[in-house]
Amino acid sequence: MSAQAVLFDAPGPKARLRHNILAVVGVIGIAVILYFVVVKMGQAQQLQPSLWTPFLTPQAWLSYLIPGVIGTFGASVVSVFLAGIFGLVFGMGRLSHNRVIRMISGAVVEVFRSIPVLLMMIFAFTYFSRNGVFRTDLNPFMAVVTALTLYNGSVIAELVRSGVYALPKGQSEAGLSIGLTPGQTLRQIQLPQALVAMLPALLGQLVVVIKDSALGYQITYLDLLNWSKTLGSAYGNVVPAYLVAAALFIGLNWAMTKLAGWVEARLKRTHHVAGPITTTVPNIVQGSAEPGPAVVTDVTDVESGRL
Amino acid sequence: MADILARYDILGAFWLTIQLAAWSAVGSLILGTIVAVLRVSPVRVFQVIGTAYVNTFRNTPLTLLMVFSILGLTYILGLQLSADVSTNAFLWAIIVLSVYHAAFVCEALRSGVNTIPAGQAEAARSIGLTFNQSLTEVLLPQAFRGAIAPLGSTLIALIKNTTVAAVIGAAEAAGLMAEIVENETGGLLIALIFAGGFVLLTLPLGVLLTSLSQKLAVKR
Repeated sequence: MSAQAVLFDAPGPKARLRHNILAVVGVIGIAVILYFVVVKMGQAQQLQPSLWTPFLTPQAWLSYLIPGVIGTFGASVVSVFLAGIFGLVFGMGRLSHNRVIRMISGAVVEVFRSIPVLLMMIFAFTYFSRNGVFRTDLNPFMAVVTALTLYNGSVIAELVRSGVYALPKGQSEAGLSIGLTPGQTLRQIQLPQALVAMLPALLGQLVVVIKDSALGYQITYLDLLNWSKTLGSAYGNVVPAYLVAAALFIGLNWAMTKLAGWVEARLKRTHHVAGPITTTVPNIVQGSAEPGPAVVTDVTDVESGRL
Repeated sequence: MADILARYDILGAFWLTIQLAAWSAVGSLILGTIVAVLRVSPVRVFQVIGTAYVNTFRNTPLTLLMVFSILGLTYILGLQLSADVSTNAFLWAIIVLSVYHAAFVCEALRSGVNTIPAGQAEAARSIGLTFNQSLTEVLLPQAFRGAIAPLGSTLIALIKNTTVAAVIGAAEAAGLMAEIVENETGGLLIALIFAGGFVLLTLPLGVLLTSLSQKLAVKR
């Protein structure tokens, strides 16, 4: 249901006129803002062609931007893969019938969700480099991956849990009634469906990981942000370098969001799952004993739970 | 250990974190509400503006915005908010955090509106309520109650994201922790103190907001 249909009646002639006037006001407002941005950039001499032409040369892309994208993507993909394993283990732990396992998994997930990623990253980096855990040049990468895995693994654990809870009760009852143990029911009946159902949310989480991998900037990891900084110093065009980097990030993440929407639409069409498709991380946040209902919305709402 | 606690002002750093979070929460709530109004308005141009805002800031890393506010906006475009370097970083951190989280506040409010079935609006109109009456008596109360949970997640994420201000040298908790683990030994205990601080800031808030959202949830 779109918000407009709920909030507003179909416009009559008067309202349509008012809307048209407001539309003109909106366009003028945006034009004024853009004008001031351009003037300000002009005053600071940031619009000179010499600052922007480097982006048309292959050298800027081959030496800076593409290594940056590879750095960002590398850390993100490895982190999502490891976070998936972490999330599966602790998500199953939270669904376990053993009270102790359930409590330990719950504590791990809640704690790692509450600690800022940057704190984990700084600490992991200092710890790795002090103790020589990895080769020196690998330390920033490993610290980024460690922090992103712990945080996003906890989020995925919640996804697994809410995905299983969102399945119709008949699924587990059917499993139990044909003589499967509770563990077998979880592994063979519920998890396969829950994992398929959470695929769009998992892709959405990749956007969070891509954005958070930029935190590696602080611990000298060579991601897109760090390479753009180097590019800015090399060509003396700091402002254009960051703007291009932002455009690349936005494009990358926008593509991921579209992919998530496409996967969701496909899953809805093919009906491999008995329950609803999970599109976002459950909104009932931390410290809740019972998981909130999986947030099920239309494609345009893939975003709301994602931070 | 005791001398580390004596030499570094950990409470002061967390106080700065809380200040950052509080100001940014207010800022993002105001800005986010404006963007949400644009996004749900019936005027197509406003919708496009609101959607563009959300898509831009939701897909840009917060770190990039932070770095850009100092290296780009302050140094090159000369938008210095305060002559004092750390005050300038603090003010920019508030602005960047507000601008970034406004996109999420907008989506939270919009998802609150989306929880209302169309029948509610139709019923309000059919009993003769005017636009303003149906908005204030029927729709907005339900929308706000539906938005509590997502707004709560946004607030908690905001508190954690204040650490990103360390990238531009605001002297909040993450910045101080980086300084301490750099200079001192016995890092694990330090990390536990800081991690514990954030757990203390976010976990009770999460419990409170969850129970609030369940208590105020509109039963359908």
